Amino acid sequence: MKAYRAFFRIRFTAGLQYRAAAVAGIMTQFAWGFLSILLFSAFYKANPAAFPMEFSQLASYIWLQQALLAIFMPWYLDNEIFALIQSGSLAYELVRPLDVYNFWFVKNLALRLSRAVLRSFPILFVAALLPAPYGLTAPSGINAFLLFLGSAVLSFMLVVSFCMLVYIATIYTMSPLGIRVAALAATELLTGSIIPLPFFPDKVLAIVRLTPFAAMQDLPFRIYSGHVAGSEVWPALALQAFWLVLLFLLGRAWLAKGLRKVAIQGG
Amino acid sequence: MIHLEGICKTFRVARRQAGFSQAVKALFRREYALVHALRDVSFSVSKGEMVGYIGPNGAGKSSTIKIMSGILTPDRGKCQINGLTPWEQRRRHAASIGVVFGQRSQLWWDVPVADSFLLLRDIYRMDKDTFKKSQDELVTLFQLSEIIQTPARQLSLGQRMRCEIAASLLHRPEILFLDEPTIGLDAVSKIAVRNFIKQINKERGTTVILTTHDMQDIEALTERIILIGKGRILKDGSLADLKKHCSSFKTLAVEYSEGDPVSDAYIANLPGLSLQSAVAGRAVFTLDTQTLSVSSAVTALSQRAELTDLTITGATAEEMVVSLYKEYQI
Repeated sequence: MKAYRAFFRIRFTAGLQYRAAAVAGIMTQFAWGFLSILLFSAFYKANPAAFPMEFSQLASYIWLQQALLAIFMPWYLDNEIFALIQSGSLAYELVRPLDVYNFWFVKNLALRLSRAVLRSFPILFVAALLPAPYGLTAPSGINAFLLFLGSAVLSFMLVVSFCMLVYIATIYTMSPLGIRVAALAATELLTGSIIPLPFFPDKVLAIVRLTPFAAMQDLPFRIYSGHVAGSEVWPALALQAFWLVLLFLLGRAWLAKGLRKVAIQGG
Repeated sequence: MIHLEGICKTFRVARRQAGFSQAVKALFRREYALVHALRDVSFSVSKGEMVGYIGPNGAGKSSTIKIMSGILTPDRGKCQINGLTPWEQRRRHAASIGVVFGQRSQLWWDVPVADSFLLLRDIYRMDKDTFKKSQDELVTLFQLSEIIQTPARQLSLGQRMRCEIAASLLHRPEILFLDEPTIGLDAVSKIAVRNFIKQINKERGTTVILTTHDMQDIEALTERIILIGKGRILKDGSLADLKKHCSSFKTLAVEYSEGDPVSDAYIANLPGLSLQSAVAGRAVFTLDTQTLSVSSAVTALSQRAELTDLTITGATAEEMVVSLYKEYQI
């Protein structure tokens, strides 16, 4: 544990150094958040009845999404891991008394958290000050807030377990390019990063809801605003936990298999 | 301590002929070639021994090191190191070995070397005192006090290699694997690195296995050498034996200002001395020391020409391998 903690610490502190990148990121996320909200408000004015959620719920959804981008975006991958697979430096990871899966997992958690810490608070703070219904509203209750936190932690780990599969696939394909493009295309849409999932057609949504992608950010955001509440919450959380365990175990087994047949690149 | 028996490892390599049409063909039907990296490799090393593992490129040196350090899984064969099978009990095994790959770096590029050391302390779960003692010892021995605060990317290759070796020794491993530790180093750094390795072996009793192309590494460091070629162990014995075996041939290069040893009839008819190549003022001979001693060859040459320079080199690792290839008909 100590070793993983040490890695978390060094990764986390290293990530905190990039202030200029954080400022640029915050600006981008603000611009993106404002544009999305303006766009949806035009839809809302045209036909409020066709809206699947309340406008304030949507605003909270978008602001949380923008503030926590670094935590929940599946395409935010660690280039160091790709580099060490491609260059063959993987050899040095394997001569350590560490579990490679856990090690990469912790590295990714730290990388994402350090980015999120710098970026999320300014965005959340300003979004909370915006006039209703355009800003971030308070969670629909203390209970909803706690459930949101629990679900967010599960989502965070689920996203990282998904990224682990992308890294592991690279051990087989050597080039991360194709996999990254494919993973990006699939997840951008299915996680609700482009259009919030409640806006999907009902029949499509019914299927998407069952995939791990719907559990990667859509669920905690909707729990926060009370769009999912009461007896609907627990089955959704159970499905989320199921996907997390499955992807985690799948990743571990696949990595173990990959490392057994690994050939270190470059002699 | 280390015991390998019948280790075999085969890699499957995709290959095709050059050219566009062949590339298209390979889309549908891919041809693979089996590369036998290791065939039936067996040897034992006892505690505190220093062994040189030599052979040409692609002979299987690195594969053997990778199998012994738990990175690669062999197709067949047994390997026991301290009672553990490296690829099965990788993590437990990893705690008691140190590995240096001369062509890669284990130091974190952007942070001072000391930070990398701290991280290694946590990876190997060392307590503060043990770590401090080990680090101080290595800093003194490898003379790192001036460079330990520098980020790894700003170190010269020689300085970095000293840090790399120190980094793999921090957790006091019983065994040290060095895969080409002197590659790319200048003469001074090479000598320094050799001295450090020697001292570690003496002071900590660390078992050392190193691979190299550099015959001088071997001569400076090891008593015992294992020679591998095309995946097979060709020779396992003392350096003296091997040298006796294949270093009766020496290369003798002379530079001269007067006289002409190249077209000299006396020299040309001297048994055991044959001309390899010559340019104006410089000639290179091959000397068979079993027929003609070094001193009589030198005497003969200096009688016929005014020598300004003279170098005699023994068999290099590559030449030894080549002569062993001939002998074993591989």
